[in-house]
Amino acid sequence: MTVMTDDTLPATRRSIRDEMIVFVVMAALLASVPLTGIYPFFVMQALCFALLACAFNLLIGYGGLLSFGHAMFLGSAGYFTAHALKEWGLTPELGILIGTAGAAGLGVITGVVAIRRQGIYFSMITLALSQLLYFIYLQAPFTHGEDGIQGIPQGYLFGIFNLAQPTVLYYVILAGFLGGFLVVFRAVNSPFGEVLKAIRENEQRAISLGYKTDHYKLLAFILSGTLAGFAGSLKVFVAQNASLTDVHWTMSGEIVLITLVGGLGTMFGPVVGAFVIIAMQQYLAGFGQWVTVIQGVIFVVCVLTFRRGIVGEIAHYLRRSL
Amino acid sequence: MQALYAQLLVGLINGSFYALLSLGLAVIFGMLNIINFAHGAVYMMGAFCAYFLLNVMGIGYWPALIIAPIAVGIFGMILERTMLQWLSGLDHLYGLLLTFGIALIIQGVFQNYFGSSGLPYAIPDELKGGINLGFMFLPIYRGWVVVFSLVVCLATWYLIEKTRLGANLRAATENPTLVRAFGINVPRMITLTYGLGVGLAALAGVLSAPINQVRPLMGADLIIVVFAVVVIGGMGSIMGSIITGFALGVIEGLTKYFYPEASNTVVFVLMVLVLLVKPTGLTGRATT
Repeated sequence: MTVMTDDTLPATRRSIRDEMIVFVVMAALLASVPLTGIYPFFVMQALCFALLACAFNLLIGYGGLLSFGHAMFLGSAGYFTAHALKEWGLTPELGILIGTAGAAGLGVITGVVAIRRQGIYFSMITLALSQLLYFIYLQAPFTHGEDGIQGIPQGYLFGIFNLAQPTVLYYVILAGFLGGFLVVFRAVNSPFGEVLKAIRENEQRAISLGYKTDHYKLLAFILSGTLAGFAGSLKVFVAQNASLTDVHWTMSGEIVLITLVGGLGTMFGPVVGAFVIIAMQQYLAGFGQWVTVIQGVIFVVCVLTFRRGIVGEIAHYLRRSL
Repeated sequence: MQALYAQLLVGLINGSFYALLSLGLAVIFGMLNIINFAHGAVYMMGAFCAYFLLNVMGIGYWPALIIAPIAVGIFGMILERTMLQWLSGLDHLYGLLLTFGIALIIQGVFQNYFGSSGLPYAIPDELKGGINLGFMFLPIYRGWVVVFSLVVCLATWYLIEKTRLGANLRAATENPTLVRAFGINVPRMITLTYGLGVGLAALAGVLSAPINQVRPLMGADLIIVVFAVVVIGGMGSIMGSIITGFALGVIEGLTKYFYPEASNTVVFVLMVLVLLVKPTGLTGRATT
C-alpha cells in the first residue's frame, strides 16, 4: 500500500490519447527552440536531465523503488563514452553505444544486488553501491581522478552530422531525448508496466497471482539504468567532459529532486522538473552554497505540502493522467 | 606490527562512530519508521556545537560532552514536532526524502559560513599524551573514545532492552495504538526517541572533533558508510547494530593495513557479499 499516487487510473485509451497529444505539443515546442533564440546549451542540458529523471521515474513512479544511486549510471556511461571518444578515437555513435551498453551491464550487476531488499533498504543499497563506484572511479587511472576527462572531441554522428555545430547537436540531443521518452512511455503502458504498478501497490498480492516479481523489478532496474546511461552518454557531447561530480551522491539527490518537483509517477513530471531545477541552478549559480540550501528547502516543502509535484497537481486538477 | 595495531585502533574508533550512528538510526527507524538521512548532519552539528562552546563561550570538552548532545537533541525534537510527525502514515520513502532535504539545508548553511576546510579542536588536557603498552603506543584520547563509546552503546542497549521505559518503547514500536490505549503518550515518546537518536549522533560528533577536524561535510560521506553498516547488520536488534558497527570498523582498519587501496570501499563490498549470501542482513528480520 503505497501512497505514492492517490489517483492511479488504469491506462485507458483516453488517457493514452491525452498523453500522446501532450507529447506531440512538447516535441513541437522543443523542436522550435533554436528559432526562438533561447540559449540552446541550457535546453540541451535540461533535456539530458529530463531523460535521466524519466528513467529514474520509471523505477520510483511505476515500480515503487526509490533509487538513491542513479548518478552511477549517468557518470559511468559518461566516463565510458568520453574514454571511447577521446582515447580510442571512436565515432560518436559507437561512443554512445559503448556508454549505454556499459550502463546496461552495470544495471545487471547492481540490480541483482539491489532488488534483494525492498523499500527503504533498496534506497540505502543503491546509495552505497554508487558510493562504491565513486571511490573506484576516484582511484581508477582512466577517469583522471579529480580532473575528469576533458576536451572531448564531438565528431560527426554517422559521418554526416557535425556535432560541433550547436544547432545540429541540439536536434541530435532532442531526438535522443524523444526516443528515450517514448521507450519509457511504451514500457509504462505495456503489460510489463501494469505488472510493475501492481508490484508497487501490493507486492505480496502480485507474487500470489503468480508473477515472478523479482524478474520484473530487475528488468525495470536494468531498463532504467540503461536509459539513464544513454542520457549520460548524450550529456558528454553537451558538456564535453566527464567528471566525478556526475557520480557523486549529490547528483543522485538532484535526480530525485527533479522528479519530486515535477511529480512522481507522472509521464511529463520529470521533464518539467528538469527544466525548473536546471533553470534554478543557472540563475542561482552566483550564490554558491546557498543553492544547496535552496534545494534542501524545495525537498522539505515538496514532501510536506506538494507531494504530487507540478504535473501531478495539474493532472489532479484536470482529472487526467499526464 | 606497530602499524597494524595503529590501524586496528583507528578501525575501532571508526567502529565506535559506526556503532553510535547505526544505533541511533535503528532506534529512530523502530519508532518513526523513518531512515534519518540527516543523521550525518546532526553528527556534524554535535562537533560544531563543541567547537562553538569552546571558542565562543569558553566551555571546555567535558561540559560539551553533555551540553552538545542535549542541544542537538532538542534541535532534533523540534524537527520532529514541526516536520517529521506529519509524515506518519505515508510511505517510508517520504521520510528519507524529507530528512535528505533537511541534511542539505544544515550542511549548506554550515558550508556557507565555514567553507569546506576543517577547524581544529584541541584534545582536553586530561587526555593528552599516550601510554606505551609494550607492543604499541596508545594515545590516551583514542583509547578513551573507544571505551566511552562502548559504554554509551551498552547503556543505550540496557535502557531499551532492560528498563520499563524501554519496554514501553518496544511495545509502542510493535503496536502504537494499543500502547496509547494503556494511557502512554506515544507521540511524546516518539519525539523523545528521535531526540535520543539524534543526541547519540551528536555525541559521536563531539568525540570525533579532536580526532577528525570539525568540517561541515564531516558527516555527509560517513552517513553513507553507516547506511551500508545498517544494511549489513539489519535494524532488528540493538546489540546487532553495536556489534556490526565495531566489527566493520575493525575490518576497515585491517584493510587499511593489508590493502590500503580498498579501505574506502571494503564496507560496501562486504555489503554486496552479505546481500548475495543472506539478503535479510546478519541480524535483521525480513522487515521491509
